[in-house]
Amino acid sequence: MASTIVTFELGGREVEVMVKPLMTLQTVLRHQLGATATKEGCRQGGCGSCTVLVDGEPMLSCLLPVEDVAGRRVTTLESLTPAEGLHPIQQAFLDHRAFQCGYCTPGMVMLSKALLDHSPAPSREEIARALTGNICRCTGYQPIVRAVAAAAEMTAGSEGGPVR
Amino acid sequence: MSAPLNVVGRSVGRSDGIGHVTGRTRYTADHAFPGMLHLRMVRNPLHHAKLSGIDLSEAERVPGFVRALTARDVPHNRYTILSLIGVEPEEEFVLAEERVRFKGEAIAAIVAETEEAALDAVSKVRLDLEELPAVFDVEAALEPGAPIVTHWGNNTFMYEGHPCRRVRLGDVEQAFSEADHIVEGVYNTSPIEHAPIETTGCIAVPEANGRYTVYTNTQALYFSLDNTAIILQVPGNRLHFIGGTVGGGFGGKVDVIVEPIATLAAMKTNRPVRFTYSRSEEMQVSSTRSAWRIYIKDGVSKDGHIIARKVTSYADSGAYSRQTPYALTKHAANAAGPYAIPNVSIDAYCVYTNRQPTSAMRGFGVTMASFAIEVQMDKIAEVVGVDPWTIRFINAYRNGDMKPHRKLAEDATLIETMQAAAALVGHELPDEFKAMTSAPRGTGQPGGR
Repeated sequence: MASTIVTFELGGREVEVMVKPLMTLQTVLRHQLGATATKEGCRQGGCGSCTVLVDGEPMLSCLLPVEDVAGRRVTTLESLTPAEGLHPIQQAFLDHRAFQCGYCTPGMVMLSKALLDHSPAPSREEIARALTGNICRCTGYQPIVRAVAAAAEMTAGSEGGPVR
Repeated sequence: MSAPLNVVGRSVGRSDGIGHVTGRTRYTADHAFPGMLHLRMVRNPLHHAKLSGIDLSEAERVPGFVRALTARDVPHNRYTILSLIGVEPEEEFVLAEERVRFKGEAIAAIVAETEEAALDAVSKVRLDLEELPAVFDVEAALEPGAPIVTHWGNNTFMYEGHPCRRVRLGDVEQAFSEADHIVEGVYNTSPIEHAPIETTGCIAVPEANGRYTVYTNTQALYFSLDNTAIILQVPGNRLHFIGGTVGGGFGGKVDVIVEPIATLAAMKTNRPVRFTYSRSEEMQVSSTRSAWRIYIKDGVSKDGHIIARKVTSYADSGAYSRQTPYALTKHAANAAGPYAIPNVSIDAYCVYTNRQPTSAMRGFGVTMASFAIEVQMDKIAEVVGVDPWTIRFINAYRNGDMKPHRKLAEDATLIETMQAAAALVGHELPDEFKAMTSAPRGTGQPGGR
């Protein structure tokens, strides 16, 4: 099958990739663009480690044909990280020891970003519900929920808004 | 005067924390190399079968196919990972020879330019298999006439000529005849998959100096290196293993499964080779925690002292033993629990079946003993008519007590741990238990016997 060229926005810059039909965004990010912060825990939509934002909405990049993001804005953990220091969600994950092996962390952080953009002061229940699709096998979920709640407090009153 | 403690009692951040929250941590599969090939495995679809042929002719015609590896390509194909600590015999095959013993067993490796091409070629390999009867239960595997899984004629790992690991202290039969109560229980546990979020994998890279650099997420770097050197029959200094970053292991990444075959493929092709388990391989092929069946018979005096404990345990090793013989040894040393019992008899069997091989997982061998023993302790408390705290306090180890495997207890803390637990849950202990300590018996502290 013939390859096609797909253009989308990644972290504020335009990227152009040549892809085979149904090639996933995850594969393109990791294997063509070298953006390996997006993880591959199952490649079947079961673990959430590959969560990225597409136009601000959380998506499982392992299930997403890259043609579907043509012309859209993709945000990965690479583009969430500021040039200096950490994003408040990253800082909160660090402060609250919300990881051990770290493999689920990129997906957890990206999902938290989407949650806080929609709901800047979520309850514990909202946080837990929002994170349901993302699996952590090391830390347990309590430190992660605490980190997201802390990040919400840190960003309260600030502008927020989608990160590019 | 003591200096203030900087670490004890504090929560210390991980040195790799910034890497984890920014996604800059490089896990094994995050490495990529020019010209990297992809390895996928042809796997046995049956539980137990005779393997008479592997037809690669169609697979070889798949665009992107580079080469296949079968048993005859592996210099030292039959191995056992614990040979490094003197365990025999070698009984697992890097790639299957004449017989396959569990569903998912590796038969042939396909190396291709892309993962898709490798998978396509795998699907086109034709296997000549003749199904054999299979056995899936530890006790059924020990029955006369059971299908034999091993190559030595029975289904148990042999400990110095015995079919089980044995521990003996005192005379349990005599003590049973003197006991006021006999309490019996049978405890079964299921296999458990570690299910790390990062699947098992490695990338082997040929270097210009004739060495091979292997990026791996093993939990046991030198264990993997040494076993790879044995399997490939190369000096260890030709292998450079880089690891330390593991996306979840829990014991599931201490077997040596991906490195030898990926390194062999790199040697045969002179190109970097990546072999990373799919999620389904991680769940269905990689080792699990063993399933266990544990029988316990206790002789107890009417005041609640356990005077005899007999344990017969069976761990389902699956088709190959990996770390399970070691688990049984640990199990046998711990199967009487943290209790001072003068008469103990333990028989612990490592049993081969046609299930997925089992291996290390978080306290393997001991965790399941603890589960069985502690449920049994509650049962004893019920029979004797005391509460669960009492039965544990009066039987707890003290320093200086002789354990069944003839080691003196040196670091007993059960009493102090239970006192702390009682305080945490707001349970008021009787004064005699509050005053008890793990100090050696006969040192004037109360509650001893």
